[in-house]
Amino acid sequence: MIEVRDLTKKYGEIDAIRGISFTAEKGQVLGFLGPNGAGKTSTMRIITGFMPATSGTVTVAGFDIFDDSLEVRRRVGYLPENPPLYDDMTVETYLRFVAKVRGLARADIGTAVDASAARCGLADVRGRVVGHLSKGYRQRVGLAQALIHDPSVLVLDEPTIGLDPKQIIDIRSLIRDLSGERTVILSTHILPEVQQL
Amino acid sequence: MSNALTIAGKELRSYFVSPIGYVVLTGFLLLGGWFFFNLLSRFNFLLGIYAAMRNPEMQAQLNLNDAVIVPLLHNLSVVLVILVPMITMRAFAEERRAGTYELLMTAPLTITEIVAGKFIAVLSFLMIMIGLTGIYPAVLLVYGNPEIGMIVAGYLGLVLLAVSFATVGLLTSSLTENQIIAAVSCLVALLLLYIISWPADTAGGVLGEVLRYLSLTEHFSEMVKGVIDTRDVVYFLSVIALALFLTQRSVESIRWR
Repeated sequence: MIEVRDLTKKYGEIDAIRGISFTAEKGQVLGFLGPNGAGKTSTMRIITGFMPATSGTVTVAGFDIFDDSLEVRRRVGYLPENPPLYDDMTVETYLRFVAKVRGLARADIGTAVDASAARCGLADVRGRVVGHLSKGYRQRVGLAQALIHDPSVLVLDEPTIGLDPKQIIDIRSLIRDLSGERTVILSTHILPEVQQL
Repeated sequence: MSNALTIAGKELRSYFVSPIGYVVLTGFLLLGGWFFFNLLSRFNFLLGIYAAMRNPEMQAQLNLNDAVIVPLLHNLSVVLVILVPMITMRAFAEERRAGTYELLMTAPLTITEIVAGKFIAVLSFLMIMIGLTGIYPAVLLVYGNPEIGMIVAGYLGLVLLAVSFATVGLLTSSLTENQIIAAVSCLVALLLLYIISWPADTAGGVLGEVLRYLSLTEHFSEMVKGVIDTRDVVYFLSVIALALFLTQRSVESIRWR
């Protein structure tokens, strides 16, 4: 599903990633484990098409990340380390907006928002303003946003950071549920987390 | 195109769910109303004096277009120099600060669609803003007889000027993630373009001509006088196109930094 070959990323003189290669199959959960500054986020940003690599190739579902960027982006759901939320929107309008920019047909937007909100336990807060939500709910909205177009690849950057123990358990079980049909890449610096998933 | 409209809709909504839109519109109309009231009072006052002096020649020279509409549009243009940077400063800077940029850049959108969406939103907002000041000439048309053609040309000039300002604002907003820097650098750029022709008379020759051509005010003044010259329209459209092109390049370049 995902194939990474000799990926290198340089920020000026500093090597963020030095020649990494790996593959991830359909249905696999892949964990990036490492200390801060190890290049986890950079790798994820390259896979999601946010920034280009210095050298090396990445293909997602057979599409090259650079040549068919838009095709790749249609198939990838991405939750950055800080959930990319618009604080002045309600959860409902936010998810509808993301569904639209993700290219969902008008007729499908309603059901996609319903499904994604239900899956991430947002049914009760759909009318709330995003800026007023707690950290745990913000993380869930971020996850719902990444799932809205039912992507075959899910990229999650430190999905459990800053959450309380119960929320961490919830998010982990959610990720386990999600992994069945799709490839999940997640990053963490907690070793047991990868083992549990 | 539908993607651009989605972005535009989101932007316009953010103007009006936060107080920004209302504060800017209220401020603009408050100042506009004050200018209009004073210009009109002065017009009435002069008319009274000329009538008392029984000076029909002076009375004939006094007209609503020159005494009220021309100075009103000039005053509004100065207010726009200050307000437009504050409208556009959020456009890209805020997306970068809040990290929502990552959402837009990893969604199946092209940079052109994102920039077009932001542009359509600010264009619509400016149309609302300038459209609401239409009440002033409307009052004059009901109670007096100003020349409509001149009003239309002046308003066209004001819209072109405001949109040019806005594209410069979009450009500065795309260069930084700090809204204050975006607003201040836009304000400075606009003021420079506004006053760049000041040394034109003393410089003279080709340099003078160039400075005069670069000045936003010179082109705007021509249109306020009621002259729609293709040179002026082309000038504004080139400023808009150039600034939008540079914005597109600047947003694209963020990927590579």
